[in-house]
Amino acid sequence: MSKSERPNQLFRNLNAKVASIPMVLTALVIFVGGSAWTVLYSFTNSKLLPRLNFVGLDQYYRLWSTPRWLVSIENLLVYGVLSLVFSLVIGFILAALLDQKIRFEDTFRTIFLYPFALSFIVTGLVWQWLLNPEFGIQGVVRGLGWESFSFDPLYNSDIVIYGILIAALWQGTGLIMCLMLAGLRGIDEDIWKAARVDGIPTLKTYLFIIIPMMRPVFITALVIIAAGIVKVYDLVVAQTSGGPGIASEVPAKYVYDYMFFAQNLGQGFAASTMMLLSVVVVIVPWAYLEFGGKKRG
Amino acid sequence: MRYQIMTAALAVALPFAGPAAATDLEVTHWWTSGGEAAAVGEFAKAFDATGNHWVDGAIAGSGGTARPIMISRITGGDPMGATQFNHGRQAEELVQAGLMRDLTELATRDKWAEIVQPKSLLDGCTLDGKIYCVPVNIHSWQWLWLSNAAFEKAGVPVPKNWNEYVAAAPALEKAGIIPMALGGQPWQSSGAFDVLLTAVGGTDAFLKVYRDKDAEFAAGPEVAKVFKAADDARRMAKNTNVQDWNQATNLVISGKAGGQIMGDWAQGEFQVAGQTAGKDYTCLPGLGLNEVIATGGDAFYFPLLQDAEKSKAQEALAETLLDPKTQVAFNLKKGSLPVRGDIDLKAANDCMKKGLDILAKGSVMPWTDQLLSQDTQKQKEDLFSEFFAKPDMTVEEAQKRFADIVASAD
Repeated sequence: MSKSERPNQLFRNLNAKVASIPMVLTALVIFVGGSAWTVLYSFTNSKLLPRLNFVGLDQYYRLWSTPRWLVSIENLLVYGVLSLVFSLVIGFILAALLDQKIRFEDTFRTIFLYPFALSFIVTGLVWQWLLNPEFGIQGVVRGLGWESFSFDPLYNSDIVIYGILIAALWQGTGLIMCLMLAGLRGIDEDIWKAARVDGIPTLKTYLFIIIPMMRPVFITALVIIAAGIVKVYDLVVAQTSGGPGIASEVPAKYVYDYMFFAQNLGQGFAASTMMLLSVVVVIVPWAYLEFGGKKRG
Repeated sequence: MRYQIMTAALAVALPFAGPAAATDLEVTHWWTSGGEAAAVGEFAKAFDATGNHWVDGAIAGSGGTARPIMISRITGGDPMGATQFNHGRQAEELVQAGLMRDLTELATRDKWAEIVQPKSLLDGCTLDGKIYCVPVNIHSWQWLWLSNAAFEKAGVPVPKNWNEYVAAAPALEKAGIIPMALGGQPWQSSGAFDVLLTAVGGTDAFLKVYRDKDAEFAAGPEVAKVFKAADDARRMAKNTNVQDWNQATNLVISGKAGGQIMGDWAQGEFQVAGQTAGKDYTCLPGLGLNEVIATGGDAFYFPLLQDAEKSKAQEALAETLLDPKTQVAFNLKKGSLPVRGDIDLKAANDCMKKGLDILAKGSVMPWTDQLLSQDTQKQKEDLFSEFFAKPDMTVEEAQKRFADIVASAD
């Protein structure tokens, strides 16, 4: 490259660069700026209105000594790990089954994807009814004659988070299934033929050939599920409002409740900063491996 | 909630749609249960009669849901004409930030200081000597509502106080009745504890904990007695699988539950169901142990508006709210006590008369809305909703955490 060509680099595709300025500004001002503002005010004792009256790490000390926050974190971990695993496994199995050139594939695909068209609020209400011991599944089974049948996760502090997980899986796996199905369809027929010629059993072909080839699809699915996990809020509000007691609280609800119900912005900001931090801790190493690695290769 | 935001948005849009003959004033509140809606209808009727128009901005889902919506509208620069709050500290910062209208002039002209009884009500509206809200009723939390039918079915006499009630619980349970109804919303369990603190611990204990924020006392033996009572309540309420307070009240009305600790707003529900005090249900102020009335209640605040027409309509509304006729009509339907001492509630039922008597005797005390910040209230709610939902949480652990909250309270 000669020296005279360098300025051209900056002005290449000038139209595209000008056109992206609004988005760049939005990202900087709203996302980065907003986050920075929130982090800054999390070190203050702002109540109903934001005020710059610094109190150091007080809000964080209080946050981590609050039982409700600890319960929220525990719930998020249980919910997060299980929903990640089950979404991927169930989504992939459904997709693999649909991929067997079965009859009425369109119909099944529609049925599995339909719940995704519902908002979390509607999903939550539907499952609140289904899991209601008097009217829902337990009531129906008892009505059929199994008098001692007991299934009321939403009213049992120990397992309430699984009741929420069921609803989330019902709503979300359809989308994952569709992504996986698209991935499966993208695999060349010849790969299957070659595997068959070599006499590799179907299960092994899936595990050792197809799944590694579908890595990009898995990563897309992972990002979509993970984003859904951290921000889970409306499902909990619709199904249990955090109850019984505080057994199904989640961090996003803590943030909202303390910012607006308790009129304590500082505490809410501290909690949301912790949420941001947890996302950063997960995303940064992954992004480094994913994108940093490619440049080297 | 989304639907509510929609209606709120519609209500804002409406004034621009209609002809602007009368001044439209949007009033937001969280009165949505049967009895409450009937009561707020009386305000609307009286206000419309002044030549203005009441645009109803009801927000469902109790104060906890409604207040954040109201506050974000006021701080976000889209204030309504008037809004309900519980007077006390809920709107404190909004007033300090200059977002609320100073009503002192109007109050002096109409001599509010003379007509509003008891005086402590107006104190809840006063900040730095200026008056910022109009109290419209007195609501006290300290009531126990009992279903006469339930006790008849269980074959025990209707209790006369909390201790008898606890003793009657096993008989109720045997008859297949839930001894005590307690909704799952956090404010209900927290409120029920405060009532027990007043009734079992006494008024002084209540003030020592919440007014003086004496953490040592809160960890001490006197409050331990209250936690013991709360433990009884927890056992009695363990089979209530409802969320809203009026659903819990309905369990009492239908005789499925023996009783409920709930404020006097429950009265409106009994009335809508066509039940008579003394015959179908029994009410015990202060749980029959300590007959006092807390001067909590509802009040209307008026956000500062630029529009001169609307500001005038705000004044008209403030006058309407305190008008003797409106006070009678509203409070009879709501089941609450009027804020004026000079009006006659002939139509009041047995329970309201009990309340009026206590008020006349001057056994009044401030309530948590006046004494504690929302932040402290929320922590208290978190603690008690956990305590009442978790049978294996020990009384000692709960009291220790309660004392911690009191120590850091503001």
